[in-house]
Amino acid sequence: MLDDTDRRLLRHLQNDPAATVSALASRAGVTPALAARRFDRMRSRGILKGQRARIDWHALGFEVEVSLRFTIDKADPRAFDAFISAAREVPEVVEIQTFLGRVDVRLSLVARDLAHYHRIYRERILTLPHIAEIEALMQVAVLKTDERLPL
Amino acid sequence: MSAIDDTDREILRLLSGDATLTSAALGERLGLSQPVAWRRVRRLEGLGILAGRRLELDLAALGFGVTVFLGVKLAARGRLALGDFERAITAIPEVQTVEHVLGLYDYRLRVVARDLGDFERVLRRRILTLPGVGNVEANVLLSEERRPGPI
Repeated sequence: MLDDTDRRLLRHLQNDPAATVSALASRAGVTPALAARRFDRMRSRGILKGQRARIDWHALGFEVEVSLRFTIDKADPRAFDAFISAAREVPEVVEIQTFLGRVDVRLSLVARDLAHYHRIYRERILTLPHIAEIEALMQVAVLKTDERLPL
Repeated sequence: MSAIDDTDREILRLLSGDATLTSAALGERLGLSQPVAWRRVRRLEGLGILAGRRLELDLAALGFGVTVFLGVKLAARGRLALGDFERAITAIPEVQTVEHVLGLYDYRLRVVARDLGDFERVLRRRILTLPGVGNVEANVLLSEERRPGPI
């Protein structure tokens, strides 16, 4: 599958996603043509799916970020789907994750301040379908957000 | 917070879908000249709103079959050694994100591993041995979706 050259290129890309192919090639010690070929191959195999800009919600004026953890009432077999499609309709939801464990679904929610959070929570979250239980974790600080893989 | 207008919001929406769009491509979609689009992107970066890029990788194809979210509660004794815990936990390569939270747990960690056996090794050898670690809750990630959010 992946050889050492691919891994080396990916490591450099992870460290600096905005770098040009030729810069990445020289850091990895290969020719730009080889690097371009390898990146193309990783893209066509679906390993490299793309790049998304990271938005700093704080800098945009969203001071509050809360992790809402849900247990879903599974009596209805469509409960998960119904819950998730309803959660997608809440604009302040920035992440939806499903889990195997005590928590079924987690939503990451941003709000301008606590009053705004309170309003979204009451009007948009508590009204989501099939909720059995909710727990909230409020983010105080982010110490590491490095999503680089230890390749 | 600095004022951003609808064009800025459109740029944020486009880049959070594909961060590799050039300022020429952005300009074309938004009816702006390339230099104007470029200046707007630089300004959003300067304001800290555009905060880097996130690579979208196929984790399973790269050999990382499991992602686990860990809620960590510090034991009463551990609170004195908060700094030690934070330094040690952020240094573990498999630990991708560390958030300090308020609620049921003190920290929320995102951990990648090759498989559940590998996760167990990281958990037992690297995380549970840290000073002050009390209760730990693990939830295995099944699916994840990032939403555009309230741009």
